[in-house]
Formats: sequence, C-alpha cells, structure tokens
Amino acid sequence: MIESIDTSLIDWSRAQFALTAIYHWLFVPLTLGLGVIQAIMETIYYRTGDDFWKKTAQFWMKIFGINFAIGVATGLILEFEFGTNWSNYSWFVGDIFGAPLAIEGVLAFFMEATFIAVMFFGWNKVSKGFHLASTWLTIVGATISALWILIANAWMQYPAGMQFNPDTVRNEMFDFWAVALSPVGINKFFHTVISSWIVGAMFVAGIASWYLIKKRETRFALSSIKIAAVFGLVASLLTLWTGDGSAYQVAQKQPMKLAAMEGLYEGQKGAGLVGIGMLNPSKESYNDKADPFIFKLEIPKLLSFLADRDVDAYVPGITNIIEGGYQLNDGTTALSAKEKIARGQLAIKALADYRQAKKNKDEAAADAYRAVLDENFGYFGYGYVKNPADLVPHVGLTFYAFHVMVILGGFFILLFLIAAWLSYKDKFEDKTWLHWVCLFSIPLAYLAGQLGWVVAEVGRQPWAIQDILPVSAAISKLNTSSVQLTFFIFLALFTILLVAEIGIMVKAIKKGPKVPEQ
Amino acid sequence: MKKESIPVRVFRFYLEGFKEMTLGKTLWVIILIKLFIMFFVLKLFFFPSFLSKFDTKTEKQDYVSEELIHRAITP
Repeated sequence: MIESIDTSLIDWSRAQFALTAIYHWLFVPLTLGLGVIQAIMETIYYRTGDDFWKKTAQFWMKIFGINFAIGVATGLILEFEFGTNWSNYSWFVGDIFGAPLAIEGVLAFFMEATFIAVMFFGWNKVSKGFHLASTWLTIVGATISALWILIANAWMQYPAGMQFNPDTVRNEMFDFWAVALSPVGINKFFHTVISSWIVGAMFVAGIASWYLIKKRETRFALSSIKIAAVFGLVASLLTLWTGDGSAYQVAQKQPMKLAAMEGLYEGQKGAGLVGIGMLNPSKESYNDKADPFIFKLEIPKLLSFLADRDVDAYVPGITNIIEGGYQLNDGTTALSAKEKIARGQLAIKALADYRQAKKNKDEAAADAYRAVLDENFGYFGYGYVKNPADLVPHVGLTFYAFHVMVILGGFFILLFLIAAWLSYKDKFEDKTWLHWVCLFSIPLAYLAGQLGWVVAEVGRQPWAIQDILPVSAAISKLNTSSVQLTFFIFLALFTILLVAEIGIMVKAIKKGPKVPEQ
Repeated sequence: MKKESIPVRVFRFYLEGFKEMTLGKTLWVIILIKLFIMFFVLKLFFFPSFLSKFDTKTEKQDYVSEELIHRAITP
C-alpha cells in the first residue's frame, strides 16, 4: 500500500528547514571566526601589556557580542522543526541524534554562558591571565558546540555505530565512538569550523579597510588587518586541505553527491576535475544521452586522484551509479538502483511482517523476518524510491554551488596573501582598490560558507539519512498550508533579527573603537 | 575586612556587570524578546511535537512504524 505524501509538503518542509539553517549560518561563522581573532588580539595585549591591543580586542569583542546576542538560540528552531515537521525522522534516529545535541546543549550553556560573562564583565575585575583564558574558553566552547552539531549532521550523511531496533522502530547507538569519530564527522568539523575562520578574517579585514577608506582609526585598522590577513591566509589554506579531505569522504561514502558536484554522468578511469564549465540545460535525465556540458575546462586525472588517491582510479558517474555493475573498492560489484530498491522493499516488508509476527507471538517467524530486515537494512530507504531518477540530486545547483565555492576559496587565498604581504611591507594603507576589494569580499565569505552547505545538503538528496531514510518518509503528515505559514513567520522573524544585527553593528562600527593613533 | 564568600562574589560580579552594560542592555532586550517569541509563541502554538498526540511510547512507535510501512513503494 502506498500512502501518498504531497510533494509540495516535502518541498515546503525542506524549504523551511533550509531557510532556518541558512539564517542560522549567517550568525555562527562570524562567532567562530571573530572569536579566535579577538582572542589572538587579547593574547598580544597579555604578552605586550600595550593598552592599544586591549582596546582593539575590546572593539572586536563588542562586534562579536552583537552577533552572538542576535544569533544565539536561532539554531533551536531547527530542533523545533525536527519534532513537528520531521517527526518520523526524529523518532527513527532516536538517541543517535539526541545524544550529540544534548552534549552540545550542556556545553553551550555551561562553557559559553560562564566564560562569555567573564569575557565581557571581567575587564579590570579578574586577572589578565584569567580574562584571557575566559576569552579563549568562550570560543573553544562555541567550537565544541559546533562539533556536536556537525557530528549529528555527519551521521545523517554516513550513518555508523547504530543498529535498527524493529520493536522500538528506532536506531540505537551501540558504538558512541563510531558516531563521534566518524571520518565524515571529523572532516566536516574541521572544514566547517576553519572555513568559518575565513568569514571572521574577511569581516575584520573588510571593516578595517572601511576605516582606511574613511581615513580614520588608521593604526587600529592596519593592526587589525595584519592579524586578519595572516589568520585568513592560514585558514584559507587549511580549508583547502580539509576540503580535499571532505571531498575524499564524499567520494567514498556518497558517490552520487560527488558525481553531481562534477556533473559527471559517465564514469571513467583517470577522470579529470572540472575547473570551470557550463552545464547543458537541455540535459533532463541521466539516460537521455544529451551532452551534460556546453563547455568545460578540465584538469586531467585530478578527480580520480582526489576521489581515490590514484590518478587512474575509476570514478563512477550518475548513470553508472543508477545502473550499477562496476567494481567497488572492496572488490564487490555495485548494485543497480533497481536492485537496491528491491532490497529496500524487502527490508520494509520484513519490518511489517516482523511486527505482525510479534503481535501474533510467533517468535520463530519474527526471528526469520528480523534476519531478512537486518540483511537488507542498509538499503531500507530505497524502498520508498519510485523511480531510479529520483535518486539523482539537483545537478545544476550542486555543481554550481561546489564550483563557485572552490573558486571563492582560491580567491580568498590570493586576497589574504596580497593583504598579508602588503601589510607586513607597510604598503597596505595607500592601496585604496584593495580596501574596496576587502570590504566587498565580506559577503563573498558568507556566500562561500552557504554554498558549502548547499553542496552538502542538496547533494545528498533525496536522503534525510543516507540510504536509510528519504525525506519523503521522514516528514510528518501535516497540512502544507501550516508549513507555509511557519515558513513566512520565520522569514519575517529572521529578517527582523538580521536587520537589527546589521543596524546595531553599523552603528557600533561608525562609532569606532576610539583607539589612540599613537 | 572579612572577605565575601565565593557565591556572593560571583553574584556581585554578575550584578555589577549587568548594571554597567550600555549596548548590552539593548542586546538583552532583543534576546529576551526573541526567546519569548520562540518559546511562548512559536513552540507553543506552531511547533508542538507531532507525536505528543500519542500518550504512550508504544502508541508512538506503532504510529511511526505504520507510517514507514505504508509510505513504502510496494512491488
């Protein structure tokens, strides 16, 4: 029996979650990035005793405080949505999602709430050393909070360390460390946090450049840029490295996402990485034989190397993943989408039969159905897939989001390199064009972070949990109109918060740090 | 002069910190309004837990299992 779920309900539920996550992620990266920069500045004050660095750190702390205050708790709305819009998912994931989020809540409350108070209230009231420790612990607390959220997200991309219990209809964690130390989670954590440092560095460099354009706060601006440019350069290079690690994990665990990121339909050995390219809009299906690109410039063999650390490795394309039949790294042959769908249907039927057998108190039959369920559970989600084409994510969005993000990453490396070089040669002040570039690059840093999430989340569709649960089975049976209503309520609420943040921040920036020039 | 106990000192630390706030007062007003809207408007009226309509854990797991089974595509 098929219970029809309105596709517009799925779309609106996804849109609402995406909207909330996008707005939430406007606040988080600045907290993570600016937090480290202000701590570095305070460390310089601690070591030199120069009051200039104290005032510089205090100014950026004020901006940090505004962002923190407006953004705090916006992520909780995502948890509201889990309970209301994604109730099947919430029940199904059980304690696997709950445990990291509970740890995050406790750490966020105790670490951030305690040390942030010392950071803001403690100047001249606690020792310099204790204050500095509190500033660092505030940002460490915020980063550890992010760790647990990202581990929870990584589990959705690569479910590990759990076993499905058909009695409770929940996944139960049997190996906490497999969840906490998942290679996808570790890579995701470092890539996300370090790329957030770029946002902080770009923000500081951009605002400091604005002061130079206005020919005020010169010493403060140049000193801030020196820190931000070096920090941003280090962060950009580390982001490149962690991005490579993330892409490798995607290649190993989510090959369809990688194929969509590269617009790769037909797999090949020694596959090249698309540097720039334009997709062919007339390609409508994985098997329509239309050329996927209008044009592309490839770097030969690089995709194979990135995906498998071997320049001649085979990288499957979208068509191959749907049709199966190629050899996997473990020596087995990849199943086709149709075979996976059949095994998913078998798993779901086994769940139904198991529960019926349990009701009938027929333990022998229940054991037999349980064995079938366990054997096929890895394909459980495929039982909800009607058409193999539904397994292909939005290629255009994934491809362009990935490539624009990578291009922006390269741009940040170059920009921070130039800014750092000119800063340390004391030639930054008279480069007005560079001040404008830094200022207008602030939104680009935010954009790159958002595009990263688009790649991660759009690229894994149709899955809420990779291979186990698609979004169509994860959502609650609600009225679409109620989801639409809350979508627009959030849109209004978050826009008001964002306008408030920008307004208060602009006022504080215009007022300036009032640091003595000499 | 007798030194105050740690809890009293912590209390004074926070009290003085809040009193001395300038921009922070505006930010706290925003935080409190936001939390009020989130917990007393959104959570209460728009985001009740979908499964809270069921009283027991068994009813919840029965409902979710039925949903998961009935939404599947049958061959």
